[in-house]
Amino acid sequence: MRFALRFTRSGPGLIGAVILALLALAALAAPLLFPGDPLKIAGPALTAPFTDPAFPFGTDRLGRDVLAGVFHGARASLAVGLAAAFAALAIGLVVGTLAGFAGGFIDEALMRVADAFQIVPGFLLALAFVSTLGASMPTVILAIALSAWAEPARLARAEVLSIRERDYVAAARIIGMHPLEIAFREILPNALPPVLAFAAITVAGAILTEAALSFLGLGDPNVVTWGAMIAEGRNVLRAAPFLSIIPGLALVSAVLGVYLVSEGVSDALRPREGRAA
Amino acid sequence: MKRIAALLRRRAITAVPVLLIVIAATFLLLEHAPGDAVDSYLVSLGGGDAKLAAELRAQYGLDQSGFARFRLYLSALARFDLGWSVAFDRPVIDLVRERLPNTLLLMASATALSFGLGSLLGIAAGARPGSLRDRALSIGALALYAVPGFWLGLVLVLFFSVQLRWLPLAGMETIASGKQGLERALDIARHLVLPVTALGFIYLALFLRVMRSGMAEVWPLDFVLFARSKGLSRTRIVWRHVARNALLPLVTVLGLQAAAMLGGSVVIESVFAIPGFGRLAQEAVSDRDAPLLVGVILTSAVLVILVNLTVDIVYALLDPRIGSGEEGA
Repeated sequence: MRFALRFTRSGPGLIGAVILALLALAALAAPLLFPGDPLKIAGPALTAPFTDPAFPFGTDRLGRDVLAGVFHGARASLAVGLAAAFAALAIGLVVGTLAGFAGGFIDEALMRVADAFQIVPGFLLALAFVSTLGASMPTVILAIALSAWAEPARLARAEVLSIRERDYVAAARIIGMHPLEIAFREILPNALPPVLAFAAITVAGAILTEAALSFLGLGDPNVVTWGAMIAEGRNVLRAAPFLSIIPGLALVSAVLGVYLVSEGVSDALRPREGRAA
Repeated sequence: MKRIAALLRRRAITAVPVLLIVIAATFLLLEHAPGDAVDSYLVSLGGGDAKLAAELRAQYGLDQSGFARFRLYLSALARFDLGWSVAFDRPVIDLVRERLPNTLLLMASATALSFGLGSLLGIAAGARPGSLRDRALSIGALALYAVPGFWLGLVLVLFFSVQLRWLPLAGMETIASGKQGLERALDIARHLVLPVTALGFIYLALFLRVMRSGMAEVWPLDFVLFARSKGLSRTRIVWRHVARNALLPLVTVLGLQAAAMLGGSVVIESVFAIPGFGRLAQEAVSDRDAPLLVGVILTSAVLVILVNLTVDIVYALLDPRIGSGEEGA
């Protein structure tokens, strides 16, 4: 409870939470407020924003409703961001725990694989993965997760290395628990905090990577995404700049919301930064 | 210097298995891609029969087992033979060699911008941790860090190229302008202003935050208290004592952002139509040119290894503690 109180006192955290709550609401309400396919033609092409009450944000080259796109785009963005980050953290946690707990050759091998994933630029990796397996929601999520699991794995491993010598692990060993059970029931939950602290960066990175992929035309073609809307608007950048700007602002606010919330969480957890000088 | 040679040797030894893993992964990618080098060669010839294809496959060893093919692949790579680009109908290595300098120029400029401006703003923020200026700069950096580079690029184009008409829309230089020497360099510089800003601004925020938090950690230390008790001026303490001791982590960030920036250049180069290495990756994907994509991935892996090696050396030069003992991986 103290944590919640301190979180609400942190200005950035509260603003971030409000932004994310609004976006989540938009994502949930999208099919109710804008039923039907947001990729369908809804009105005259290239209506300027704030001119037609039926299309507050205007329409694009093909006459699709931009506001509906922004709402449905929130669904794709948040879903991919959360799913990919969750997958990346889960893979990282499991690999890191195994590597740290097993030690020796297994540790060496798993960490070299993590190195290999970090040496290839993450975006390039995601690009290659999506282009080989074809663009669809699951492959995009998997591609982003693959490009982001190595750092959490490293963090989890470092934590596991310090935990595995603790007394309760020795106790678990003595009562005859299976090593895998020790690794996943005793050690893994305790290695969570540093990995979770990394969660916000992972979610934000996943949202940005998804946007960049769909901007390059490698997103699922049947799903409205902000990145694809920006790319579509780019074709008429001179005549209708709002088509690229509006979804871009939505994207920035989503990522910023995630960062602000993580800022608020660390503000609330920190006992108060030394105001030296 | 012995210390640094030993460090270099240790890093090189760990880099070899990592690079082999990347090579093995790219080999799998190539094996799963439809068609092979012989298919694309036959296409470039304008066709051929099954007998010719079989003969060529035997000649190039493509009819052998997977393991033997992997060995052939490795020996080709050792000779810097990255294969044949199907889409460009040219050796991949030639394309890489042609495109890489443009991207290196873009990345080096963006790094200089983000490192220079970012650390200066970080010092401005860290000079008084907790002050209003610190809060404003930190939140500003957070906002900047949330902006996707490709969208920032579009907004910059809209403002500076479309509205104000100050800077060129896209490209690396004015095509067929016949400019030479300094005039050409200036032309390229004008073309690079917007892409460099779009690519570098995000990392500027990163450098700012790392510098700022590093300084916040140095402030409570004893030697700063001592410097203050000596009656040194605040400016002197900020620059000579606090900022200087908070600079080292920035070098680490330099190495970390190299890989991210290389990935970011893919999108930025396609926004600004810069014929660079990143755009090559995108062209490889859209043309379904697997050998080219693999070439790009391998080259960037080597590039990232080299950057990290350089960062390690710089780090060891700056901090005499590194590499002297048996420090872990």
